[in-house]
Amino acid sequence: MKKKDLISITDYTRNDYLRIMELAAEFEKNPNQNLLEGKVVASLFFEPSTRTRLSFETAISRLGGRIVGFSDSSSSSVTKGETLHDTIRMVSNYVDLIVMRHPIEGSARYASEVSKVPVINAGDGANQHPTQTLLDMYSIIKTQGRLDNLKIYMVGDLKYGRTVHSLIMALSEFEGQEFHFIAPPELAMPREYTQFLKEKNIPCYEYTDFTPEVIADADILYMTRVQKERFSDPIEYEKVKNVYILKNEMLKLTKDSLRILHPLPRVNEICTDVDSNPKAYYFTQALNGMYTREAIIAHTLGLK
Amino acid sequence: MAKNLLKVSAIKDGTVIDHIPSDKLFQVISILGLDRIKNQITFGANLESSKLGSKAIIKVSNKFFEDDEINKISLIAPNAKLNIIKDYEVIDKKVVEIPKTVYGIVKCFNPKCITNNENIPTKFVVASQEPLELKCHYCEKITGRDEMVIL
Ligand SMILES: [Zn+2]
Repeated sequence: MKKKDLISITDYTRNDYLRIMELAAEFEKNPNQNLLEGKVVASLFFEPSTRTRLSFETAISRLGGRIVGFSDSSSSSVTKGETLHDTIRMVSNYVDLIVMRHPIEGSARYASEVSKVPVINAGDGANQHPTQTLLDMYSIIKTQGRLDNLKIYMVGDLKYGRTVHSLIMALSEFEGQEFHFIAPPELAMPREYTQFLKEKNIPCYEYTDFTPEVIADADILYMTRVQKERFSDPIEYEKVKNVYILKNEMLKLTKDSLRILHPLPRVNEICTDVDSNPKAYYFTQALNGMYTREAIIAHTLGLK
Repeated sequence: MAKNLLKVSAIKDGTVIDHIPSDKLFQVISILGLDRIKNQITFGANLESSKLGSKAIIKVSNKFFEDDEINKISLIAPNAKLNIIKDYEVIDKKVVEIPKTVYGIVKCFNPKCITNNENIPTKFVVASQEPLELKCHYCEKITGRDEMVIL
């Protein structure tokens, strides 16, 4: 049997997405299941990411698995100049599954080609972070009861934000979607994605204004961070830095069923006065990550 | 035509690769590995061409390329034409086609790509032929014709 890696969100089909949603709901009801008993999982974080690592390692622990690995490459043989190839070759001899995060783009795909055991990508530089997308989808299905016929509004850095790109790819597998992109011109959604949606006959609309009227019809409001480093001209950043900030008063025209998502960590793009609004979902979204990762691990190893 | 042919001597059996841009001659030789084979090879560069302005031509004796092999040069010599010669006669003509997958040959333009950080061969899927867009199998970034560097 071909091993089932998860490197890029498009490695999964619509059926895989639905299966993960089903399993995540199951793990949410019953998070502690001994499916990984007797198994060892490598958690290789070549760059630190405490949030993602804890989510994965808790998921592994709740499944009864053991963890080996490192939380940043300064404490590993990588600093001694060992190639990724050799590290993965060695580790894949020892373990049943590899979870890895690495700053170099394409490293996870390469590791999956070297490794004898399945690899789950926990982020490879600015490229892919598929488990984030799956937890976003689980948050959507939990709060909206469906993955189709959604009005999805994405706000902020739509140019470099890999989470929004992957979410578009995944949600476009389901019917009746409508996308709305709100971003400064410098950080607008890349043409390859608007073109992709056009080819699939999925409506998408672009705005530069972030106003209560624009978002009134949204089912999902997906906020991202506008980072200063992304601007070639600092004056451009100064002009837009306070435009793409969500304040509680902006939500008064929105539907009761609207939920606000954010991949976290947040800086200032969502005012703290939004946190107590029942439409704010980003902290629960993070918790959903653990159930989703339990689901992904079980699916990857064919344990369910 | 007769005039150009005279400039690079005729071959009995083999392949003539014509309409190579002059400045790509040595890259074509290297991609096809012609610098590593024992066959008799003659070539000319800076020949007149109505199409390219200036072209190069390569003649390889007793060598007949597989399509996969010759299509590798399509990225740098998209107008190249092949004449297959048997006993001084052209018995077949071929044009090069851009392959679906490109192995090696091209460097990924993304400096943060694993292929530029570890010693592994590049691999691209041809996302579009015109304009040429190569999608890296590893980092998933697109390398266009303007960013294309031959390895
Ligand atoms: Zn690449």
